[in-house]
Amino acid sequence: MAEHETEAGLHDDWRLGRFLRKGVLMDFLNGLIAFLNFVFVPGLAYGAQLALGALGVTLIYGILRFSNFAHGDTMAFGTAITILVTAVMQKAGIGLGVLPTALLALPFGIAATGLMLLATDRVVYRFYRKAKAAPVILVIVSMGVMFVMNGVVRFVIGVEDISFTDGARFVITAAQFKEMTGLDEGLAIRTTTAITVVTAAIAVALLFWFLNRTRTGKSMRAFSDNEDLALLSGINPERVVAVTWLIIAALATTAGVLYGLDKSFKAFTYFQLLLPIFASAIVGGLGSPLGAIAGGFVIAFSEVTVTYAWKKVLTYWLPDSLAPDGLVQLMSTDYKFAVSFAILIIVLLFRPTGLFKGQSV
Amino acid sequence: MQDNPYADDRGNKDRSIANPKGGGTAEGWDRKGSARPAPGGLFLMGHKMTGGYGRGANILNDCTISVEKGQIAVIVGPNGAGKSTAMKAVFGMLNLRSGEVRLDGEDITDLSPQARVAKGMAFVPQTSNIFTSMTVEENLEMGAFLRRDDIRATMEQVYTLFPILRDKRRQAAGELSGGQRQQVAVGRALMTQPKVLMLDEPTAGVSPIVMDELFDRIIEVARAGITILMVEQNARQALEIADKGYVLVQGANAFTGTGQELLADPQVRKSFLGG
Repeated sequence: MAEHETEAGLHDDWRLGRFLRKGVLMDFLNGLIAFLNFVFVPGLAYGAQLALGALGVTLIYGILRFSNFAHGDTMAFGTAITILVTAVMQKAGIGLGVLPTALLALPFGIAATGLMLLATDRVVYRFYRKAKAAPVILVIVSMGVMFVMNGVVRFVIGVEDISFTDGARFVITAAQFKEMTGLDEGLAIRTTTAITVVTAAIAVALLFWFLNRTRTGKSMRAFSDNEDLALLSGINPERVVAVTWLIIAALATTAGVLYGLDKSFKAFTYFQLLLPIFASAIVGGLGSPLGAIAGGFVIAFSEVTVTYAWKKVLTYWLPDSLAPDGLVQLMSTDYKFAVSFAILIIVLLFRPTGLFKGQSV
Repeated sequence: MQDNPYADDRGNKDRSIANPKGGGTAEGWDRKGSARPAPGGLFLMGHKMTGGYGRGANILNDCTISVEKGQIAVIVGPNGAGKSTAMKAVFGMLNLRSGEVRLDGEDITDLSPQARVAKGMAFVPQTSNIFTSMTVEENLEMGAFLRRDDIRATMEQVYTLFPILRDKRRQAAGELSGGQRQQVAVGRALMTQPKVLMLDEPTAGVSPIVMDELFDRIIEVARAGITILMVEQNARQALEIADKGYVLVQGANAFTGTGQELLADPQVRKSFLGG
């Protein structure tokens, strides 16, 4: 009996050894790293950018009560100004070392966008607010603003692709990672990815603190909840609106600059970002800041997973006999907006209030 | 309102682009005028007010409502008589075509509603009178929005007046029962430490027991020296506690007198108090 047990144990050891020799565990780890490198990390950065954009959209929806179609172009405007200031700073030799100079230029971009939004509000939106226009009228008005801003941005900075990141390109390169771990696959973390995630986290924390803890933030929530009662509490609606636009300026410019640092700036791309951003806000539940963040990541990860060619990861993870021949790419990256659309429709069909119960929909 | 082309949503029901919730209907928030001294007259007075919503027909016709300091005035009348409109007019939430509003020796006709709050007026509307998504405590804080001093003592007074609110202070106000919501609404209005408290049907939709309770609290508030102007469906009970009563019919004063006078007036009894 005892002999038999030992024999079985030996057999197990032999099997484990073979298991390791065959490199099943290594294969799994390599596959995991490839997954992290090509799907998770890019998705995380993209998700953070969408979340910031969607937060802006959801705030306008909650407080000013319409979906702002000019949001993508607001992001483009803020980014364009930031790029110009970055160029000036680079000429003057001002920089942040390993970090991109654009981070230093960001406050200027936010300030300029804030002024531009306040001016737009004064010239355009205020008229409709005074006229007690129905929200759907404001949606159409924002489309007009979108076209004007579209033109302004192209006028200021042109239509080309602009890359404006500088400083260190990687926090850790694929080669360094391979050397450190001895794996075949590398996990590269770009500086811009790290900055995106950190900046987004800070921005979100600041926003929640502002909305839930400060007097002005609470007055914005009160205004969003019940405009007339806010008035009866002595809250000045014009002030709430102005503060909201300033926060929108900060969120939109930050989102735009982070996206531009991570990828590149192109006026048309930013206009196109409108769809995934709206999808994020609606999937999360319009009017719910928490939902906007969750929605951003849902949309980003869906886009990345659906358009990623899984061949590499699956070759590692599946037994040799099942290794795929094709690319295992569900959809070409050209169709990535279709993913946002599909998720948008599914959510509106089955859970119209969004993941986190938004104010309505 | 119907003749405002901008307010026409052309049947849009798509809430994913337009947020219908909580939008304001009050007029006059962009009024820029200031108060002018106007000595004499009663403490709070809406004098010969004429006006309606937007560019619509007149709802108020030469309507006069006034109340003396520390007293209770009650507005009663049939449905559609313009009672709520008269309250809104006094608070500046619609633009008067003629007439004026005075408070404590000043003409405040040109003040926006939010500026009237700063002058010591507080208003509890009939519906949507709490911030449903905010906690009870936040509702009270918002009531005290204009105050820069320590509001804890006032909050304590509100909790003493309505003890149930203390237990529920961390709960979203929208989750409370009808009677508790009314208490939050009155509490929010009291947080500014107003000179005048205006209540539009504070007992609408609450049970008879809660109604009696609310009436008691309102009398308690009045005894503390706060002038009260209120609209009430429950005319008999309201006139009993009123120093002054107004019966409005079609936006104009039909009968005016002390509460007891109106209760005794055979015509008022017959038409408005059910005999």
